[in-house]
Amino acid sequence: MRRARTWLPGLLLVAPSIVAIGVFVYGMLGWNFQLAMTDKHDEVSEGNFVGLQNFIDIWDQPRWHLSVNHAIVFTIVFVVGALVLGWLLAFLMEKGIWGEGTFRAIYLFPMAVSFVATGIVWRWLMNSGMEERAVGLNRLFDAIGLPQWQWFRDPDWGMAAMALPAIWQMSGYVMALFLAGFRGVPEELREAARVDGCNEWGVYRHVVLPLLRPVTLSALIILGHISLKVFDLIVAVSGKQIITDVPAVFMWVAVFDSHDPAKGATIASYIVLSVAVFVIPYLVWSVRKERRS
Amino acid sequence: MTAVAGRKPAFTWVRLAVLLAFVVIVLIPIYVLLVTSFKPLTEADPGQAWNLPRTWTFEAWGVAWEKLAPGMWNSVLLAVPGSLLSCAFGSMNGYVLSKWRFPGSDLVFTLFLFGMFIPYQGVMIPLVQLLVGLNDLTGLPGVFYGGLPGLILAHVVYGIPICTLIFRNYYVTIPDELIEASRVDGAGMLRTYWSVVLPVSAPAIAVVIIWQFTSLWNDFLFAVFLTGPQSWPATVMLNNIAGAQATPYSQQMAAAILSSIPTMLIYVLLGRFFMRGLMAGALKG
Repeated sequence: MRRARTWLPGLLLVAPSIVAIGVFVYGMLGWNFQLAMTDKHDEVSEGNFVGLQNFIDIWDQPRWHLSVNHAIVFTIVFVVGALVLGWLLAFLMEKGIWGEGTFRAIYLFPMAVSFVATGIVWRWLMNSGMEERAVGLNRLFDAIGLPQWQWFRDPDWGMAAMALPAIWQMSGYVMALFLAGFRGVPEELREAARVDGCNEWGVYRHVVLPLLRPVTLSALIILGHISLKVFDLIVAVSGKQIITDVPAVFMWVAVFDSHDPAKGATIASYIVLSVAVFVIPYLVWSVRKERRS
Repeated sequence: MTAVAGRKPAFTWVRLAVLLAFVVIVLIPIYVLLVTSFKPLTEADPGQAWNLPRTWTFEAWGVAWEKLAPGMWNSVLLAVPGSLLSCAFGSMNGYVLSKWRFPGSDLVFTLFLFGMFIPYQGVMIPLVQLLVGLNDLTGLPGVFYGGLPGLILAHVVYGIPICTLIFRNYYVTIPDELIEASRVDGAGMLRTYWSVVLPVSAPAIAVVIIWQFTSLWNDFLFAVFLTGPQSWPATVMLNNIAGAQATPYSQQMAAAILSSIPTMLIYVLLGRFFMRGLMAGALKG
């Protein structure tokens, strides 16, 4: 180990950030869990330790079940939709195409806009008015003879509709990730497979797609963690309506409308846990991989 | 990159057609935003929802701007200092964690990385309590909780991981020999940073500032929890404008466009750096 005089200045320079991350990330996560294990159900009471009671009790609330179900439906539709679409766009552009730069710029463009602004236009597009009151997509669908929908107000498929704006916004990003992945496959490998008698589909199946697995995993993690904490978009499209409730919105309501810190903290803890169960293994895996190389 | 053997020209046309179809789909909401925002109230009839305005007017834009302007200004006061501060922290951290390591610096970096992925809901309630406490402690009501300084503090702190990551990944590409040479010349850590590392940092600085500016400008979650009416940034005001039943669509759409202009300009003018930030953020969301 080098002498302290050489490394100490570095530690000092990073120290403020270490303290900040320690307090604001790890300290506050702990504080939140601790709050979730108390009975502080209003702003003034002290809050006694009740263990995991809140984590159990919340399952008695119909609204919690609803918001969890919504989050699951939203996550599945959004993640699968953005992955498939992003992959398809990248696949179509992979070998270079006329106007590629323009295509890329347009597909990625929604990323620069806030979910709130996106939400406003999609609320109009997915307006549930029908027949003569129809605006947005229903009006368009009516004109071209397609059926009209309830969109996000549909009791069963509302959250699938809610995933559409999210797919619109994020699939360009997934496209960019996959495009970089496709282009990272060395041409020699493809050539070697062709020499070995693979046709073009065989090259994809046996060479390109296996090499895309890490990219797919990254995209899956990114989309999944955006999805489980989705908040802005839901609020912008439908506000606090129960019909599109998700845990992040439920938590907001618990804090600001019900004034129940312990319940808010419990929901927040569940959101953190749902993300942590797949992000932590992923990060450990990628840090190990980086060390190996 | 040219077409490779094995692809028939017919397939190229199919690819082009599919890509163009998706361009149309991506642009539909943009069309709606623009067309609706230029319509006078008299044309706010569902039957003409998809038509171009018969008379083009800036009427809605004027009203929207009046309502949104204070929020836009708050967003500027939030995003400019916030992204500069994030950049300063990220650069120093990235430098130390790549070129001036200390025992345990890899662990510190890993712990920072975890910080990038936490859903901010998980820290929000304690954060609010802490900022309220800071208000009381300093005797400055509405500064930390309910004011822009508190919101900037939150963004800078939770931006440390991603900014550190971008700078670290950039700095590892600087040859160690340059740092060594500077050391041999007797320069200390800060001197080396200032005269060797900082002068070549421009691309990373651009990526980080653009990334942070865009995330701060577009943020809604922190703003809605931490700010009050005086300090609402554009996103919160936009949501309030659009959430009011009485606001006509034309004004909602105009406000949505107005609030997006700064980030859209950045995307159009500096898209290259925006892209790099996205790829660096491939670890984040």
